[in-house]
Amino acid sequence: MVDSIMRIQKLYKSFGALKATDDVSLDLRKGEIHALIGPNGAGKSTLISQIAGSLKPDSGQIFLDGEDITQLSVAARAVKGLGRCFQVSSLAMPLSVRRNVMIASQAITGSSFRFWKAVESDKALIAAADEAIDMVGLLDRADEPASYLSHGERRQLEVGCALALKPKLLLLDEPMAGLGAGGSERLTGLLESLKLDIPILLIEHDMDAVFRLADRISVLVYGQIVAQGTSHKIRHDPLVREAYLGSSDLDVTGEVYD
Amino acid sequence: MINSITSLNFTKNMSRESWVNLLLLVVIVSVPIIATLMDEVYYVNLSTRIIIIAMAAVGLNFALGFGGMVSFGHAAFFGLGGYVAGIAAFHSFEGTLFLGLIPASDQMLLIWPVALLGAAMIALLIGAISLRTQGVYFIMITLAFAQMIYYFSISLTTYGGEDGLSIILRNNFAIGNSNNPLHFFALCFFALLMSLWLSHRMVGSRFGAALTMAKLNETRLATAGIEPYSIRLVAFVVSAMITAFAGALFADLNGFVDPSMLSWHRSGEIIVIVVLGGVGRLFGPIAGAIAFVLLETFLGGFTDRWQLFLGLVLLGVVLFARGGLIGLMTGNARHG
Amino acid sequence: MTLALTLEQLLNGIQFGVMLFLMASGLTLIFGVMGLINLAHGSLYMVGAFVCAYVTGITGSFWLGLLAGALGAAIMGVIVEVLVIRRLYQRDHLDQVLATFALILILSEGTALVFGSQPLWLDIPSVLKGSIELGSVVYPVYRILIIIVGVLVALGLYLLISRTRIGMKIRAGENDREMIGALGVNISVLYTFVFAVGAALAGLAGSLVGALQSVEVGMGEPVLILAFVVIVIGGIGSIKGALIGAMLVGIVDTLGRVLLPSFFQWFMEPSAAASVGSALASMLIYLLMAIILAIKPKGLFPAND
Repeated sequence: MVDSIMRIQKLYKSFGALKATDDVSLDLRKGEIHALIGPNGAGKSTLISQIAGSLKPDSGQIFLDGEDITQLSVAARAVKGLGRCFQVSSLAMPLSVRRNVMIASQAITGSSFRFWKAVESDKALIAAADEAIDMVGLLDRADEPASYLSHGERRQLEVGCALALKPKLLLLDEPMAGLGAGGSERLTGLLESLKLDIPILLIEHDMDAVFRLADRISVLVYGQIVAQGTSHKIRHDPLVREAYLGSSDLDVTGEVYD
Repeated sequence: MINSITSLNFTKNMSRESWVNLLLLVVIVSVPIIATLMDEVYYVNLSTRIIIIAMAAVGLNFALGFGGMVSFGHAAFFGLGGYVAGIAAFHSFEGTLFLGLIPASDQMLLIWPVALLGAAMIALLIGAISLRTQGVYFIMITLAFAQMIYYFSISLTTYGGEDGLSIILRNNFAIGNSNNPLHFFALCFFALLMSLWLSHRMVGSRFGAALTMAKLNETRLATAGIEPYSIRLVAFVVSAMITAFAGALFADLNGFVDPSMLSWHRSGEIIVIVVLGGVGRLFGPIAGAIAFVLLETFLGGFTDRWQLFLGLVLLGVVLFARGGLIGLMTGNARHG
Repeated sequence: MTLALTLEQLLNGIQFGVMLFLMASGLTLIFGVMGLINLAHGSLYMVGAFVCAYVTGITGSFWLGLLAGALGAAIMGVIVEVLVIRRLYQRDHLDQVLATFALILILSEGTALVFGSQPLWLDIPSVLKGSIELGSVVYPVYRILIIIVGVLVALGLYLLISRTRIGMKIRAGENDREMIGALGVNISVLYTFVFAVGAALAGLAGSLVGALQSVEVGMGEPVLILAFVVIVIGGIGSIKGALIGAMLVGIVDTLGRVLLPSFFQWFMEPSAAASVGSALASMLIYLLMAIILAIKPKGLFPAND
């Protein structure tokens, strides 16, 4: 337990008769990438919303670094160190790359209720943002509007925004979606370089990426975790093959389902 | 240098917008001076009227233009400022006590803080409830609360009820003679500049960065660890305070305050001025106020039905000229 | 206060609520289906009242006037929808507010140009002028008619939306704008129809109320704001919410104006009680709205977001 940075305990959430999250427990350990996979409609996005704080569970707890964050708002969780990237890009397109990242640096370098000093001359703030932009390799494009970036670069910028929070963990929702081979490879490399410092909970459709990146995998079906274990174990788990992947051939290279 | 707002070629238009802004200031200052030299007091007061209405719109522009909050209730704050000035003038003229307890003053430097504080408290209450919602709800709720305050002002029988209250002696400012039209203009102009400067500084600050993000992408803001609700609430309060300040000046300009200052038509007009000038442009309210007051004064001089033309102009701007007047003058579409 | 008087005021409240429902149901329908906030809804109410007064004046038949009022507002609604409103469905709320605010100015001034600035008066047929006894209460027939009309409209809307093909399309539009296109429904005709229905209801309300008060320019605006309060309380987009919200606002407002001043007399001198009571009464429904929103920010019956 000591080495887990986030722990989810017996989470339940239902909408009417539908049990979207049914007794989910999982943890994210230091230095790992933990992938959450499952077919469409398995309740992945409901679970993510509860972890991120935009949806409150019916019961159960979420701990971040030992602290119960179940009742905290999205913003409060972010300040506590939960960095998040979205499936659908949530960037402010008219603003520059740097401005997009600066807003995240702002929360950890002081109050946002400072009304007078211009952010453009706030050296500490800019330096903090540039550090995060550099980590995702976009520093030479920092002054351009986010709308000028390619799809893959926007994904990198999303990660950069999350990193600017100096998070204790990253919650990545399908970061590979819509990326070409090159972009996917670049992002994979980035995530691998990050995981030692910042463990990652990865929700991903691209099975190739999951099996390459993840140290551990949890399989979510109908709101329940049906299998959990190392990448190797899940790949060869007959139950998972049968119940979820519906195929004995797991040496697939593309997306298994969609 | 961070080229923050939009695209790279925006810089060129920025400077062109600065020229337009400077031109607006020069015009608005020179008209009353020339009018004074020509002994045309009417045009001095007309300029003051433009200045004050522009300031009310600067207040709304802070919430609407920079924060994306479509408040349809800003007349409530405008009227509140007006009533504070009017009630103070009333009691100091009569030599009576406010509520039978508090001595009144005719000193603007005492009246204004009261008006600002009062507006801040009311805005905090209204904002706290209405900002829990967004979009259409927010528009309707701010409208409804403003209407509530409007009815409250009608029920103030001590202060004239529906008929309003005359300010027999204009309140005094520490320096100059507030009854001199040009002095009063200068005072109002200074107040407008202060409100513009304040807006400018705040929009460029950390708070302003958060407010901009609240408007552009609320999810991004929350994910960045900043509560959109608190940011919006503070912006709403600041916005209300600026508009209330303008209201206090407006009452002193007209020597009169009545519930129509709080009417929902007035709220609509303040929005119209912001949009005529260009939403989210610092000097937009000035361009909008000039256009509005000139339309009102000169079309109103020709026909009783001038609002028909206002309606047509407004419809044209909304459907075809989304950058407002400054947008037209600088060839630049709407912000944000 | 006697029981009979309270009952009478309760009926007045219901009658007021019915009138608000006629306005609010159209507003909420238009918002629910097209996502449009229509400030000019009060102007359609006014147009209906003027047409009704005019036609009643010419033909001498109030019933014809009533029909003409609803029809006139519907026709005006179609004109406005085709010329302006349909350009606004894809715009943001600020543009919708401004354009429909502009429509208020245009329609108000236009009405004054056509009918003059003097108020018109509507005469109701003698059948409706009397009062009838309801137990211990003697109540005007005309107000009972308004209540009956409201009940019929509520029933009609319910049947229209739940039982007809058009209603199905409307519900589909509320739930899924893309699906309705896929169904092969002509969206722009449907939208015009919904707008016309809303306008006809507003025109009907204006015509009915025109006989209780004077018919004048600007008469729609206070009603519009109350209708906003109603749908904010009820939940924007919900007809059921509009019905319950309208009754709540109608009854609370009417009873508040009667009961509050006498309530304050318990511990205040009469003149002070009267002024405090009536001041509070005029703010009562807004306070009601504030309380409901503090508990349920999306209103009592939030429609699907």
